[in-house]
Amino acid sequence: MQPAPQTTARTATSAAHAPILALAGVSRSFGPVQVLFDVDFDLYPGEVHALIGENGAGKSTMMKILSGYLEPTTGEVMLDGAPVSFTSSEDAEDRGVVLIHQEFNLADQLSVEQNIFLGRELKRGLFLDHKAMRATTNELLARLETKTPAWATVSKISVPEKQMVEIAKALSREARVLIMDEPTAVLTRNEAEILFRQIERLKAQGTAILYTSHKLDEVARIADRVTVLRDGRHVLTAPASELSEDAMAEAMVGRELSNLFPDKADANAAETVLVLKDFSVPGIVENANFELRRGEILGFAGLVGSGRTELMEGLIGIRPATGEIRVNGKARQIRSVDDARKAGIAYLTEDRKERGLLLNQGMRPNLTLLALQKFSRILIDRDAEEKALDRSIREFDIRAPSREIKVANLSGGNQQKLLLAKTMLAEPEIVIIDEPTRGIDIGTKQQIYQFVRRLADEGRSVIIISSEMAEVIGLATRVAVMRTGRIAGTLKGGDINEDAIVRLAMGLEKKAEGND
Amino acid sequence: MTDATTAGTAAVKTGRPSLDLHVIGPIVALLALILIGALMNPNFLSYGNVTNVLARSAFIGIIAVGMTFVITAGGLDLSVGSMAAFIAGLMIIVMNALVPTLGTGWPTILAGMAAALAIGFAAGLFNGLLITQARIEAFIVTLGSMGIFRSLVTWLADGGTLSLNFSVREVYRPVYYDGIFGIAWPIIVFLAIAALGEIVMRHTAFGRHCAAIGSNEQVARYSAVHVDRARLAGYVLLGVLVGVATIMYVPRLGSASSSTGVLWELEAIAAVIIGGTVLKGGFGRVWGTVIGVLILNLIENILNLTDLVSPYLNGAIQGVIIILAVVLQRQKKATR
Ligand SMILES: Nc1ncnc2c1ncn2[C@@H]1O[C@H](COP(=O)(O)OP(=O)(O)OP(=O)(O)O)[C@@H](O)[C@H]1O
Ligand SMILES: [Mg+2]
Repeated sequence: MQPAPQTTARTATSAAHAPILALAGVSRSFGPVQVLFDVDFDLYPGEVHALIGENGAGKSTMMKILSGYLEPTTGEVMLDGAPVSFTSSEDAEDRGVVLIHQEFNLADQLSVEQNIFLGRELKRGLFLDHKAMRATTNELLARLETKTPAWATVSKISVPEKQMVEIAKALSREARVLIMDEPTAVLTRNEAEILFRQIERLKAQGTAILYTSHKLDEVARIADRVTVLRDGRHVLTAPASELSEDAMAEAMVGRELSNLFPDKADANAAETVLVLKDFSVPGIVENANFELRRGEILGFAGLVGSGRTELMEGLIGIRPATGEIRVNGKARQIRSVDDARKAGIAYLTEDRKERGLLLNQGMRPNLTLLALQKFSRILIDRDAEEKALDRSIREFDIRAPSREIKVANLSGGNQQKLLLAKTMLAEPEIVIIDEPTRGIDIGTKQQIYQFVRRLADEGRSVIIISSEMAEVIGLATRVAVMRTGRIAGTLKGGDINEDAIVRLAMGLEKKAEGND
Repeated sequence: MTDATTAGTAAVKTGRPSLDLHVIGPIVALLALILIGALMNPNFLSYGNVTNVLARSAFIGIIAVGMTFVITAGGLDLSVGSMAAFIAGLMIIVMNALVPTLGTGWPTILAGMAAALAIGFAAGLFNGLLITQARIEAFIVTLGSMGIFRSLVTWLADGGTLSLNFSVREVYRPVYYDGIFGIAWPIIVFLAIAALGEIVMRHTAFGRHCAAIGSNEQVARYSAVHVDRARLAGYVLLGVLVGVATIMYVPRLGSASSSTGVLWELEAIAAVIIGGTVLKGGFGRVWGTVIGVLILNLIENILNLTDLVSPYLNGAIQGVIIILAVVLQRQKKATR
């Protein structure tokens, strides 16, 4: 298109003088709602730039504008110093600007390989060059150290694997600018480390990297510069070395943040509400035994794939399972989520887009779906529903630009809050929360932790599954650690620390304190 | 607008987005057709013609109300036309067989009606169980049962026509041709079912569950919706409604043959789609379906009444309308 000196001089030093991609006075509205206000931003080749902000601050919107998925309402996008208007995301990709979405953008029924080459298949003459595509795919997957085979169907692979496929797809595009919207939200630490190594490699090649994350420690570690957005406005841009994590958090939320975790509850004396005996989910979980007391917060730690989610899905009747379930001393048969609900157990899924929320519907039908029987005798009481929505919006601080908004258009964090509200509407006595703060900003995290604590204080029992070690350690009074489908051990009180959890999760220690 | 949250409240006050094409499109199309009809033929708005159009719409309309639920839940039923013929055939056989014991009056007819409903129920159950329990695609199951029902009625009629006992027919006739307050029975039944359907769709847990299943079955499952039960209920409801439609249809001709109800399934599906229900599921509206049925029947009626376009082109015009309706749905989604 235009002369672009940066393409030839792709080194961090020589290119550092001119931004490769920039925004000048960009605003964006959706209908009557303005979400970005006069944002200026620049991104240099060979830098890792972190964009941070609360849920709904406009990070995803800004990234979509940078990569041609959305147009600015006013203002300019500048590529190589000249204004551009990408006609489409394909156009942006052709010019070297690639976005990995917060939501996956993969064709579910196609294989990993087909997805990576979707739209730009390699050909030999008229026919597809399967050999070359397979070779490149294998090479990319090997670089990302994933064990996912190239032929696997995307609908069958796990969430982190999908994220890795997205990253492989972006790598295959040879991007000059790689934009990643919360790439690590669904990755384990190990997987995130692999990603960071790739980021370093790309950076050394002069690729400009913009990414967002709610994990501020991660930002502090890998970003060169940080930009903070608050309520759609640019707050500051500064070298990461000049910002402490606390300073970042404060800039994001606009106020000082006190202790992230509330004090721990003490539920030692309380009666047992849930007992699982020799509980197995065929092929995945073997002979799990654990119990849960009233007012207790029980953490479940372990590597991704250790069977935590599957164990809980077995418990709530989504997956076929064997073994004994006792709720309040009574043996229960739970064959469906409805049975679980009747037994007072609710499960909040880790996959809010595919299992949690109806993205094409509004907030009200989503909120009441699980507890719909509470709102309907013969007819659904719409007024009661509206009131429940009001209450949930208040209680969970759900920030939606309008009441009628489709859930797909809510920011990720607000979707999570809506999902929490939906689960709690069923008034469960036992709440199982799988990855409670995935993709959630630090201020909201604090809210959610306090909320979980309040549940325990009200005499409900909570199970928290989390891949964020700090979360389990900070919240739980007892932690069960799973490894390859078994409960490897349970830690209590002062014994709960990172080292002990890792040892159990990796099988380095035979210290099984019995599965009490 | 100073910040995102105040902008938000402003948006709440202005309320819903202004009426979009997706909502008013079918209504505008219907009004336009009525206007065209009225301008082209003075008889168009006469009592006789209006009654005729509405009564003829009733059969497809009653079926299409049931179809709206099935499609909203992400399913499909291709067998309803054949099912109607099969039910009509069996109903006639049952009534004829009962004449010696119950006579030629209402007892026989009521028994016939009960049989029609029971057979519709069973046929819907047959489709529904194969789809939800044997986990076969709805398209395949109902394509199969479409052939089965059609061939069964042909076999029952021995390739010809099954005719209702002549005296029974005389008693039964008014169910199609009479009415109260000048409104024919089929119209009353159709409108009552449509009104009920609309309420069930929008104001009951069943309607909500259908939409939830159609938008994302996984989410529905995780939200304590009995997915299989709700889908099964949809097919059974549709089967029963096919039975109702047949009850209204049999007194019209008093016979059934292998050509009864041919292409009804396509008309019913078309009406549902024209009315704005999403073919992939997840969103459905019964009032739209009613308008869809009326649009399809009005086109036919106008072509018959005027000699502007040959009535033989009826199918072509209906086809264009169906495609247009889907294009309008698509456009709404594509806004960037
Ligand atoms: N298509 C849309 N229509 C209406 N509002 C929208 C649309 N897309 C986004 N919004 C609104 O714009 C605001 C900013 O959303 P955005 O997704 O950019 O936030 P975010 O900073 O990425 O948040 P998160 O950290 O939760 O992902 C939110 O209030 C969101 O509801
Ligand atoms: Mg986002």
